[in-house]
Amino acid sequence: MTMDLTLANKFYTQMLLIRRFEEKSVELYSNEKIRGFLHLYNGEEAVAVGVMHALSLDDAVLATYREHGQALARGIPAKNIMAEMYGKVEGCSRGRGGSMHLFDAQTRFYGGNAIVAGALPLAVGMALSDKMMNKNRVTVCFFGDGAVAEGEFHESLNLAVLWELPILFVCENNRYAMGTALEFTQSETDISKKAAAYRLSSHQVDGMDVIKVAEAAEQAVSQIHAGKGPVFLECLTYRFRAHSMFDAELYREKEEVQQWKEKDPLRVFEDRLEETGLWSKIKVKEIEDKISDLISEAVEFAENGTYEPLSDLEKFVYSPEVTS
Amino acid sequence: MNEHISYREAVKESIKKSMQDDERVFMMGEDVGRYGGCFAVSMGLQEVFGPERIIDTPLSESAFTGAGIGAALNGMRPIVEIMTANFSLLALDQIMNNAATLLHMSGGQFNVPLVIRMATGGGKQLAAQHSHSFEGWFAHIPGLKILTPATVQDAYDMVTLALADPNPVLIFENPLLYNTKGPLNTSTSPLPIGKALVHRSGKDLSILSYGINLSKALEAAEALETEGIDAEVIDLRSLRPLDDEAIIQSIKKTHRVIIVDEGWKSGSISAEIMARINEQAFFDLDAPMQRVCTTEVPLPYAKHLEDAAIPQPEKIIEMARKLMEEI
Repeated sequence: MTMDLTLANKFYTQMLLIRRFEEKSVELYSNEKIRGFLHLYNGEEAVAVGVMHALSLDDAVLATYREHGQALARGIPAKNIMAEMYGKVEGCSRGRGGSMHLFDAQTRFYGGNAIVAGALPLAVGMALSDKMMNKNRVTVCFFGDGAVAEGEFHESLNLAVLWELPILFVCENNRYAMGTALEFTQSETDISKKAAAYRLSSHQVDGMDVIKVAEAAEQAVSQIHAGKGPVFLECLTYRFRAHSMFDAELYREKEEVQQWKEKDPLRVFEDRLEETGLWSKIKVKEIEDKISDLISEAVEFAENGTYEPLSDLEKFVYSPEVTS
Repeated sequence: MNEHISYREAVKESIKKSMQDDERVFMMGEDVGRYGGCFAVSMGLQEVFGPERIIDTPLSESAFTGAGIGAALNGMRPIVEIMTANFSLLALDQIMNNAATLLHMSGGQFNVPLVIRMATGGGKQLAAQHSHSFEGWFAHIPGLKILTPATVQDAYDMVTLALADPNPVLIFENPLLYNTKGPLNTSTSPLPIGKALVHRSGKDLSILSYGINLSKALEAAEALETEGIDAEVIDLRSLRPLDDEAIIQSIKKTHRVIIVDEGWKSGSISAEIMARINEQAFFDLDAPMQRVCTTEVPLPYAKHLEDAAIPQPEKIIEMARKLMEEI
């Protein structure tokens, strides 16, 4: 991958936007502006940003309940995500979904799915129909290491390979399924090996390095476009914050968190840019200010948003017409 | 066009016609292709449409049902076949957590025009993991539509209705009906989803049923006629939405009701119907509402035990006599 200033700015800006957005979300959660579950993406930014870079607008994205990063990197406006978490009708799911269920037809973002592995079968169907309709596009499905223990993971991988479907499976291995470490849940902790048993092209990637993720994703997408079936990327990453706002983090050592923070994707990217001499050209202060303004605008937008009237409560249970 | 064909042929012909008319329609499920369908509903269809449109799947109910949802989201019109209602529990996550919720969670952005067909009900000595009736359970879920074709006409029409509907529709077919024959008229437009049908008009009591139990209710009504009891028999057709209007209208005429349902009584669709009658027509009742349901046991293998467990015309007759004795 040729890293130029435009791309460097894009990656840095997107990762920093996610980081700052998540920090703001914590604050707003503490102020009880945001309720429900809140799963933060701090530490995992390189995965969403790297993978999204490889996609075109035609492609479809399915994600998990920890999907603010994917939503932002895909291009859903921060203000609509924020309004969603405020439960406002201006939210990207009209306040019906909240933090765990961000949706956006325009960017083909098919949700935050809060059932672990629940989106994998959907990805199979989306890719199957693309293949049937001769549409040369990719379905990307994000899930965590916890999903590997679910039957739907195995059923879906088997089908995807059997039917040679255009799917990019992205496993965000952050080492913990909520509070239980991988070694306590998996017979084989190398997930990429487990996936390879289904005879698909499977790779392990440093998920803290956005360039490595983007390179792997670009290669995967071109392989998929060439009609060679699904590709599996296991991105080794780490969440810096607790599983959710209700997690006291009794299951991991502070030292471990600290060690991973040294591999902070923003810092790693800075180092990578230093190597090529691009870092000095990144206007960090300007980017910070721009993001700060964007987030302030998002909060203001959410604050000023409106609540859907109670008379609309029963809307969107049945559709009078086809919308998808 | 008027014909006299089997229920199985009616389902198959309807699928075939839909696939000919709309290239977005395809079918997938276990053994639907090369084998011809576990109840032979799709026999010969793969030869007509090829393995790309009549897709054999592995035994992965959750993944292929979810794949149906994904394909529907992406513009196709899939028909997913699940062998029996008991196996549908392996796909319950996809049906409940995705098919029924995506439209709502996405604030109206993504709907799921999916059809799932499955076999329901007992009577074939298939014991406790192949014989249960879960249509009432599924009818609990907002976002789904639940159809229970009882006649050859509905076996045909409901596939068409379900495919035309922009929502996830589940069709429950009782395998004992597949060989039954009846008239089929394809020249008139089908009775819409959510409309019940009065099969026999009567003044003394209403028998509400659906699916396989329609024929049992009609048999009971004929026998009751010889005793001077004039029963009205209604085919509910759709369990979600329920046709409250037709139910209440009948109660207002007969003032007595028996609900026949192959589900268990506890927490069942029959309980729901009783609750609605209570809410909407309590003062029109001349006697307590009654129901003939499956005895609360997992369905046994032995024929005499299975027969005793599920609704039978004799039980309906007996219940009707008792009901008519009430002042």
